[in-house]
Amino acid sequence: MNAIGENIVTHKIRYDHEIIANIIKSKSKVLDIGCGSGDLLYHLKTYKNIDCRGIEISQEMVAKCLVRGLSVIHGDANCELNFYPDSSFDYAILGQTIQAMNNPQNILEEMLRIAKYAIISLPNFANYKNRFHLLFKGTMPVNKTIPFQWFETPNIHFCSIRDFENLCKKMNLTIDKKVFLTSKHRLISVFGKEIIANFFADYGIFLIRKNEFCHTGQEEFAFNKVNNLSYTGRLISQFCKTR
Amino acid sequence: MKVKSCFGPNFKEYEIGEIVFLGKKHPLKLSCGVEISNFPIAYQAYGTLNEDRSNAILICHALTGDQYVASTHPITQKNGWWDFMIGENKTIDTKKYFVICSNILGGCMGSFGPKTIDEKTSKPYGINFPVITIQDMVHAQNLLIEHFGINKLHAVIGGSTGGMQVLAWSTLYPNKVKLLIPIATSYRHSPQNIAFHEVGRQAIMADSNWCEGDYIDQKKFPVRGLSLARMTAHITYLCESALQRKFGRDLNNKNSFSFNFDCEFQVENYLHHQGSRFVERFDPNSYLFITKAVDYFDLESDYLGNLSNAFVEFSKNKEGKFCLISCLDDWLFPTQESKKITKALSTCSINTSSVVISSNNGHDSFLIENEMLKNTIHGFINQN
Repeated sequence: MNAIGENIVTHKIRYDHEIIANIIKSKSKVLDIGCGSGDLLYHLKTYKNIDCRGIEISQEMVAKCLVRGLSVIHGDANCELNFYPDSSFDYAILGQTIQAMNNPQNILEEMLRIAKYAIISLPNFANYKNRFHLLFKGTMPVNKTIPFQWFETPNIHFCSIRDFENLCKKMNLTIDKKVFLTSKHRLISVFGKEIIANFFADYGIFLIRKNEFCHTGQEEFAFNKVNNLSYTGRLISQFCKTR
Repeated sequence: MKVKSCFGPNFKEYEIGEIVFLGKKHPLKLSCGVEISNFPIAYQAYGTLNEDRSNAILICHALTGDQYVASTHPITQKNGWWDFMIGENKTIDTKKYFVICSNILGGCMGSFGPKTIDEKTSKPYGINFPVITIQDMVHAQNLLIEHFGINKLHAVIGGSTGGMQVLAWSTLYPNKVKLLIPIATSYRHSPQNIAFHEVGRQAIMADSNWCEGDYIDQKKFPVRGLSLARMTAHITYLCESALQRKFGRDLNNKNSFSFNFDCEFQVENYLHHQGSRFVERFDPNSYLFITKAVDYFDLESDYLGNLSNAFVEFSKNKEGKFCLISCLDDWLFPTQESKKITKALSTCSINTSSVVISSNNGHDSFLIENEMLKNTIHGFINQN
């Protein structure tokens, strides 16, 4: 098994990107949906020799990606994932965008049609700060994680970590890995206690796949519960070392 | 070698730049079966070819464009049609790249076309010119780059009909190109576009001065037919919103109708102006042959109804990349057609980028200076 720590790279990138980058195996084929200016893709291409593609809705961002030599399609992921044939990628990444998609369930299905694995990162709306904000202030939470007023937010499908896990269960998807983060970019050592994660985490990152799919070359991701715990533990300790 | 050619109803002579004769060793077999040899191709080149001949960019011009992409047009005396794009320190920097633009086969700016004198008859080919295709144009361009000793083009860029040539490059010479930028184009000419072309052709052929294509010899010129063809086509190059914005229902320097058939509305004036300018520089028979070539273009049917098959060979070119650019309100080559190409390329796992330019000038957006367009092209050709 590839220890995640061995793959931690020194190049400075956004923390959640670093975690995603470390989940992805070298030399695989990746589609980043909503890739922005291509930070993650550029990192993957440069340091992990990954065949990268992106979809981005903003032309300005697409132009930035082009300068970096990335192949990015200017379009709306809500309707344009049908560009890609079945199983054309190893991973499809959706970074902090699922809550803004028209139909999250449909997006998950599409992602797992075109890729073997989907990596989803999402802001956890059930974070305690949001809960207290709503409880005591009585207004919709606005903070670093959710920096929008209710009337201007692109987020139309608020969900929590537990909500997302429930959706995966309903869709019969397997969660192979989950990583929880706070806004201070520190992993919470929850050791599997999702109830705590759902209260404290600002973000969750999930590696999911279809239940029926289990690729032989990727068995390190096919954890049972016990493995998953030790894996998260290793991830944390490896990460602390590198810090 | 520089030659002169006559243009317009007055058959005025102009010098038309560099010309090279190609197909000397081996004749070029056209799609219609006719073989041509020792035929002229006129071109303009900018910048310097580097030692390993790897910095060449080929620009493919549109239907009625020409090789004067970045230099003063000899007839209109206007700046090149992509002057804002190509030059020193511009988007396509000629200090870095060697930029070539050739007049397409069938054109009238010095390349082998209906105006060329047929040695057998000592008269212009006229309507007896062989019917050409987009692919034939690309084969001729390939001979031109071979003439320069270039094995691989850094990029091939073109809009509209030029974009079709770019697509044809990827299918005919998949290993001779690195970066391809088809702009505001399609994998096939739609029935609606064919219909507009046919109106234009019929306008020319219905003009008695066309003389069955023999007007040069008879010292006549189908002015009305050619300008009418241009007027019709120009409607398709803009879009409703652009016409509304530019002209609205405004009248020419007056406030009330004159109740006759004079040119009253500004939009009419604009079309008349476009038509009359066009006849000064373009050959009617060339217009017939080039529009026909565009109408014949259909990569999908060439590859048995599966567009992605067209790009299978190109997908083996590890350096090969596409960047498709379409214009949001282009109704001649709508963005959906560009998206279909993107889909076909993605199916073949080709490195594909696509950008939709939100300019509000319709199909002609790519000919009008636009930051988005410049940034996209600059980023793509200078990528690391």
